[in-house]
Amino acid sequence: MASDGDPPVLAGAQNAWDMLSEEQSQKHITTGSGNINNILGGGIHCKEVTEIGGVPGVGKTQLGIQLAINVQIPVEYGGLGGKAVYIDTEGSFMVERVYQIAEGCISDILEHFPHSHEKSSSGQRKLQPEHFLADIFYFRICSYTEQIAVINYLEKFLGEHKDVRIVIIDSVTFHFRQDFDDLALRTRVLSGLSLKLMKIAKAYNLAVVLLNQVTTKFTEGSFQLTLALGDSWSHSCTNRLILYWNGNERYAYLDKSPSLPVASAPYAVTGKGVRDAVSSNCKRVRVM
Amino acid sequence: MANMPVSEMQLPPHLAHLLAARRLTTAKDVLSLPEVELMAVLDAGLPTARAAVAHVSEAACPPCQTALELLEERVRLGGGGRLATTLCGLDEALGGGIPVGKLTEVVGPSGIGKTQFCLKLATLAALPECYGGLNGRVVYMDTESKFSSRRMIEIGQNSFPQIFRQEALAQKMAGRILVMRPASLADFTKGLEQMKVTLLQHDVKLLIVDSMAALMSLENEKATAGFRHHPLRWALSFLKSIAEFSRIPVVVTNQVRSQSNDDGYHFSFEVDRKDGNNCAERFDSHLVAALGIQWAHAVTVRLVFESHSGHRFIKVAKSPMSPAVAFPFIVESSGIKLLREEGIDVTGPEITSIRCQGQNVLAQ
Repeated sequence: MASDGDPPVLAGAQNAWDMLSEEQSQKHITTGSGNINNILGGGIHCKEVTEIGGVPGVGKTQLGIQLAINVQIPVEYGGLGGKAVYIDTEGSFMVERVYQIAEGCISDILEHFPHSHEKSSSGQRKLQPEHFLADIFYFRICSYTEQIAVINYLEKFLGEHKDVRIVIIDSVTFHFRQDFDDLALRTRVLSGLSLKLMKIAKAYNLAVVLLNQVTTKFTEGSFQLTLALGDSWSHSCTNRLILYWNGNERYAYLDKSPSLPVASAPYAVTGKGVRDAVSSNCKRVRVM
Repeated sequence: MANMPVSEMQLPPHLAHLLAARRLTTAKDVLSLPEVELMAVLDAGLPTARAAVAHVSEAACPPCQTALELLEERVRLGGGGRLATTLCGLDEALGGGIPVGKLTEVVGPSGIGKTQFCLKLATLAALPECYGGLNGRVVYMDTESKFSSRRMIEIGQNSFPQIFRQEALAQKMAGRILVMRPASLADFTKGLEQMKVTLLQHDVKLLIVDSMAALMSLENEKATAGFRHHPLRWALSFLKSIAEFSRIPVVVTNQVRSQSNDDGYHFSFEVDRKDGNNCAERFDSHLVAALGIQWAHAVTVRLVFESHSGHRFIKVAKSPMSPAVAFPFIVESSGIKLLREEGIDVTGPEITSIRCQGQNVLAQ
């Protein structure tokens, strides 16, 4: 894509200026929390693989579901208007919670855009939780073979569903910790998967979000928490966000990014989903 | 799906022959190999290997559903997908009760009431639907010989006097609860495998494992080399798959152990905090759940039973649907009873900590 009409110097290469203009016109997927969006430079980036890890119960699945909903925010309200693929390896996808988060997202949209009734009626009709749920493609994966199969199959699937803008895998770790006897093989298979995911992210212009678990590692004389799957895997992602407890609050720490500095931001999990931390936060539950 | 035979996949004939000739008979065989190795095994070029992988992947991939279809399915199956515990505050916090199709963990120090809770759940599941039960059988795997039928009938009689007064009904209800006493991990494994078949045939509606930690302590985990046949992980996947495919709730109890300095609970970037907090934390009698962090990741709902300030509490420590709340409770003749239906909000990581102060928790 040479901007001045000269033949390209290297076939398949892109010059940095063009890349920059492309990046600047990219939309980001909001996480629901303004603070986390800020440390991420606007939100989750398309065309990149982002890894999100944390201890059990800190909110990884909540954030995953929030992103699957937020990617669908219509373009006229500042979103991407895309669909989501949710690959569930642990069975933590609770559909009533997804409905709740969809409702929360819609209520926030209507709050920020109070004159939406003036817009086309079709736009209004889109703002129903059922529509948001209908645009999440869900795969339930029960073994690492199926996990490999679904990632391979994604290329064909995405060719048929061109409006998918995010692929979430929750969690990428579970099956790979279960029954891999040969660790060296595991590393090779994982690196094959991560290359494929990066390729998919770039080719189909979507965000890939991988949720990871934690494990303990003995370094510097003591046990510390670290993300699972080993050192070689930690090279596979472009961005890494770690969710942790800091006192009584939940924090997100940007651990790895090609262009942004490391930073922390507080967030909260409320009845409506992932939001900025406020002084009083409580989740309300509705029995359906 | 992983063991789906290649022969059933309807691959193009030349690929099917090639894979069969090289003894790659299941999806797992084909997909476990990185591309380059597959090329070597098949003795074929890259396009052929890629085509094989693409076809096998498509066949082995589970079907896609939209979240809306999942919701409609859940509504169609009815019952809200929950087993109500009859502890109103807890049920409300959990969105109706113990979730069906997921793994729920009950963890706490010994003597606090975990088995009492399980006995109550077993009674509830055996009851007919008009009384809020699941009208089915219950499989109770009792690894520490704590199951007491007398206590269970006492709980039944005091909670539902109208049913249990009639002896024939009491016998029928009690008859629905099948108790297994595996003496070792091998017995447990065998029992579980047997169960996969019988669950559907015999209308089992609840599986309770009391306790998981006791089984694991029988095996010396560190002695088993590497990852081969790691028993806990196998049991974990199996329990989750039973829960999901038979669509029943699975409740597992867990023990606690004291916190050692080796419990890494900080990330490397939190190093500054670690030294400051350590002294304060060591004075509290904090405990941690046994079975490790991998287990903690895998359970969907975690209920922590703890005691402090002279009271016992049930805390909803991990649940995709619930706020972090704690309920004070006591154990009486009809089982567990909440002292407050409104939960106490618990902020921060305290919801996951387990406390057991020096008081004799058995003294009531």
